[in-house]
Amino acid sequence: MTDTTGPKPKAMEFEAYRAPRNQWWDVWDQFKTHKGALFGLGFFIFALLFVFIGPQIWRIDPQFIDIRARNSGPSLAHPMGADQLGRDTMARMMAGGQTSIAVGLTAMALALFLGSLIGVLAGYFKKLDGLLMRTTDLFLAMPLLPLLLVTIMLFRDPLRASFGPEGGIFILIVVMIGVTSWMQTARVVRAEVLALKEREFVLAARSIGTPSHRMITRHLLPNVMSPIMVSATLGIANAIITESALSFLGLGFPSDFPTWGRLLFDATDWLTQHPERVIWPGMAISLTVLSVNYIGDGLRDALDPRIRGR
Amino acid sequence: MRDTGTPKKLVEVKNLKMHFPIRSGLLRRVTGAVKAVDDVSFDIFEGETLGLVGESGCGKSTCGRAVLRLYEPTSGSIIIDGEEIAHAPFDKLRRLRPKMQMVFQDPQASLNPRMTVAGIIGEPLMEHGKMSAKDRLDRIYELMDAVGLNRDFANRYPHEFSGGQRQRIGIARALALNPKFIVCDEPIAALDVSIQAQVVNLLEELQDRLGLTYLFISHDLSMVRHIADRVVVMYLGKVAEIGPRDGLYDDPLHPYTKALLSAVPEPDPVAHDSANRTILQGDVPSPANPPKGCNFSTRCPVAMDICRRLDPEVAEVKPGRFVACHLYNETTSQTAGNAAQTVGA
Repeated sequence: MTDTTGPKPKAMEFEAYRAPRNQWWDVWDQFKTHKGALFGLGFFIFALLFVFIGPQIWRIDPQFIDIRARNSGPSLAHPMGADQLGRDTMARMMAGGQTSIAVGLTAMALALFLGSLIGVLAGYFKKLDGLLMRTTDLFLAMPLLPLLLVTIMLFRDPLRASFGPEGGIFILIVVMIGVTSWMQTARVVRAEVLALKEREFVLAARSIGTPSHRMITRHLLPNVMSPIMVSATLGIANAIITESALSFLGLGFPSDFPTWGRLLFDATDWLTQHPERVIWPGMAISLTVLSVNYIGDGLRDALDPRIRGR
Repeated sequence: MRDTGTPKKLVEVKNLKMHFPIRSGLLRRVTGAVKAVDDVSFDIFEGETLGLVGESGCGKSTCGRAVLRLYEPTSGSIIIDGEEIAHAPFDKLRRLRPKMQMVFQDPQASLNPRMTVAGIIGEPLMEHGKMSAKDRLDRIYELMDAVGLNRDFANRYPHEFSGGQRQRIGIARALALNPKFIVCDEPIAALDVSIQAQVVNLLEELQDRLGLTYLFISHDLSMVRHIADRVVVMYLGKVAEIGPRDGLYDDPLHPYTKALLSAVPEPDPVAHDSANRTILQGDVPSPANPPKGCNFSTRCPVAMDICRRLDPEVAEVKPGRFVACHLYNETTSQTAGNAAQTVGA
């Protein structure tokens, strides 16, 4: 690394004046070298295209009942088969994927935001630490299902009234998953911040007179990126699965409204006769989660300048 | 630089105390305090280098950080360039920050691993003053030239550099705002010897060029002798002796200074073997529970009765030389002469 200090040819002198390059280009360069991450990104884009652009091409209404096709296996008319009522599985996979991916991403974003905010505040401001971490413990100790039951009872109807039946449930589910899964992130982030805050570069920033909010955004957050990334990738999987569980319990979306989780649970009754009906949504969930995990892995490496370029 | 008429005092530290509370028990009540810096006073004149020496754990670094208000001092006053900063509110302090900067001991830890060199050196410029991106880059390049870093390194990250280069980045960051006063907190302790010389020469060159004032904290006595104009010797959070470099090194007054100087290695093997060293016995007492009387009385080879009862005041015993020792106290001057000779032998 230090071999460039020697005398350089004149031609290099001009190059030395080039402006600092935007570091996101370095991040992309490193990201490209991570094969798994590229595959993950490729699959994730494919999944997004499948669920959002797919319905424009495969124009069968997921609710349309073709009673003669019920319980049929894959055919040209129904490439993924049809369910026990004769609804086209491919159309339902697309419609279900829209909801599942949207719930996963939004709930993860909410949980990350809450977790990072609370973690950073608790780690950085000593006065808030006790209060915030006891709140975290409180949330961890709270039994999830009764809490969900009560909130859904209380808020389902008002939300449905103001955002429509599906919009209302979507908001309710995303918020419920978000506010019940930020605690791990908060704990990890707090621990990292506590350690980082004692490092000399934070002291150096203080000696410059950097105010707290810029200290957090410029020095602390970039350095706690790795654990946040890991939480994020695990969080998406968690959110998709929690949403399926809620739908299964009848607390989520209405029973005729497809999501990947709902399709999976509906198909379990037919597991022996029509295993492909479990395989489609199951594969979609696992592959999406896996691809997000790989993207997160690649991104974490790419964001760390010590790993970059290796 | 010290002897030009009556130089202006740039930094005045008076009765600075930095106590860290010790909490214990179920209710985390304060049961004591680590007296890291206890009643320290010194002045730094404009353009000079004040060396601050002492053994590990004597409060040197804490003192340096407290002077820049990186810690909240327990009590005392710090006046830098005519402004009291010991209890200044955040906004006022932020306005004064450009005047005083710091170079840290560990160049690895003092640079944010996620920022490029340009980002690190540019941070003070972003915080103070509104420069356009182009002006800022020009200033960053100028600073990199000043500390001898290749401009091509601006895009690199701290882990790509050697220790000496990292310390140069740290120095460039400290210089960014044209400070008057820089606290160098053992800037060379983490570097190997050949690099130490480079960094110290760089610091001296910058001082000559920019008229900087340094508080140079170090436990390397030879290096302090090289760079400092005046020297403060600290022991267990208190000042033992303050004096001009030559006087202090040639004729140390405080028994602790004598012991400290006699521990400096001697390059000549013959002189090394025959050197008459004062080797201190025992350990440094805990700063949480300092001994009664003089802090040094437990290890002092010439401790007297009064040393264990009364804490000596810092007093000027010769022009420009301040010592906190009963040997030079007027009430005990009778025994002082004899005892001083036995130690000085």
